[in-house]
Amino acid sequence: MGGPIVDWIDRRFPLTSFIKHELTEYPTPRNLSIWWNFGFFAGFMLVLQMLSGLFLAMHYKPDAQLAFASVEHIMRDVNYGWLIRYLHSTGASAFFIVIYIHMARTLYYGSFRAPRELMWWTGQILLLSLMATAFMGYLLPWGQMSFWGAQVITNLFRATPFIGDQVVVWLRGDFSVGDATLTRFYALHFLFPFLICGLVAIHLVALHFVKSSNPSGIDLADKDNIPFHPYFTSKDFYGLGLFLILFCAAVFFRPEFFIEAANNIPANPLQTPPHIAPSWYFLPFYAILRAIPDLLGGVVVMTLSILVFALMPYLDRSKIPGGSRYRPFYRAMFYVFAVDIVVLSYVGGQPPTDSMALVGQAATLIYFSLFVFLPYLSVKEEAWLRKRGLPPAVVAMLASEDAQRAAAGAQR
Amino acid sequence: MAHSDDVQDPTRRDFLNTVTAVVGAAGVGVASWPLISSMNPTADVRLRSTTEVDLAKIKLGELKTVAWQGKPVFILRRTPEQVAAMQASPGGKDPQPDQQRVKQPEWLVVVGICTHLGCVPTHKDEGWVCPCHGSRYDMSGRILRGPAPRNLEVPPYKFLADNKLLIGEA
Repeated sequence: MGGPIVDWIDRRFPLTSFIKHELTEYPTPRNLSIWWNFGFFAGFMLVLQMLSGLFLAMHYKPDAQLAFASVEHIMRDVNYGWLIRYLHSTGASAFFIVIYIHMARTLYYGSFRAPRELMWWTGQILLLSLMATAFMGYLLPWGQMSFWGAQVITNLFRATPFIGDQVVVWLRGDFSVGDATLTRFYALHFLFPFLICGLVAIHLVALHFVKSSNPSGIDLADKDNIPFHPYFTSKDFYGLGLFLILFCAAVFFRPEFFIEAANNIPANPLQTPPHIAPSWYFLPFYAILRAIPDLLGGVVVMTLSILVFALMPYLDRSKIPGGSRYRPFYRAMFYVFAVDIVVLSYVGGQPPTDSMALVGQAATLIYFSLFVFLPYLSVKEEAWLRKRGLPPAVVAMLASEDAQRAAAGAQR
Repeated sequence: MAHSDDVQDPTRRDFLNTVTAVVGAAGVGVASWPLISSMNPTADVRLRSTTEVDLAKIKLGELKTVAWQGKPVFILRRTPEQVAAMQASPGGKDPQPDQQRVKQPEWLVVVGICTHLGCVPTHKDEGWVCPCHGSRYDMSGRILRGPAPRNLEVPPYKFLADNKLLIGEA
């Protein structure tokens, strides 16, 4: 392939073979649907956020006296500053939309199951890093919502046993959120995306080792795999075109949709806005936090509500492939979960009245019961499905798995 | 026969590995302390950790809000009737006698942050009402109704003179 320069490099660095192995000959299931595009979109959003963030950093000032005005300066005086900032602020929401759909696809099709547990777990660490980055970035405009959001969330660390108050002061570098907090959040907000890039590399190495799952959930024969390039590069970029139409519509026509009105008022430590709610992507977890009347209990349950996903490969005990495709119970549970998340998001955004608290507690209970009952229901469902009869391809796959297990048992 | 100074002795190697790991971890721990400590409040922030208030200008029944460590502190000069009413009342769901919440009955000093989610309550005739979620506090800063779990916090403070109050040190 390609000329003396590439040959020279190939003798010293596996350039051509790397491209062959990971791109032009990388085997990809031919039946991947549009839902498999979202990992690529997430990668695109990461690049877009880092790029727009870099150019914002050239004009932004992480100082409590200057921060708010420097954001206005970006909006009014910097050439295309409004565009770069709206790309970044809308981009944060778009990033979460993409990641949540990416996760929903994994849950719906059961892609988290063996041998892809490490993909699921590295993905979960990526989600937590993304949340931390977004939370710290939200403080930087130094508006009322920025300030009070950071105040309420850093306050949660008071739940740390014994040294809670010291931990909060240490995190803030002050007795309340102040200049020290802003500066360190800025430093960490700049650092975290690079850590995320490293985690993405691990996520991708794991992916290229176990290969993509597919909507059928059945490991495809070689003839059913096609090269990633050009088939899926073109599909990914086609999808990206559609995605960008929606994204640009939001950036250019509704850029303030994702920005709370109260954040156009400079931070004031002596006056709270009438209603504090976090950004939409934290609302379900905020609702779970508030569903528990006790601070420590609330923090523990909220943390669990995110970490519980890690157990999915063990909670789902059915051997039927393809997640929801062939499993009506599991599919029903998926939709109940999706509706429950929407209800929690709504409750999290409302002022906490007594009736709202009750709805939030019921939704939290449903949230966790789905995880708790999954082991039992998945086993029952498998028995029922086997009795009712499965598609031939699934029967063949289960039979070959049974045979492998029997052979392994006989060897032992 | 195994000699303890035998180069091949695997237990000796395990011991060396363990000692190296432990000393290394301790070294990293000690070396990271300055970095962790640097994130604590700086000297200038600590200097501002107390607030001195001149009480002479506050009239009877008047409220003054001052900033202490970036937080609002309510200083209320209570009338004898208000003091009598507060001393007679046990408080609400977090009962505490008024005498334990003040150093001089006339002066109520409380941190103006709602113990629910950290909003700043508004002063009303009967005490304070939180604009966020409707928690109501009396003239002693005690929670009467609403979602807040505890009474308004009493900061450490002392009277330097009759008309001088220092918040931040007891």
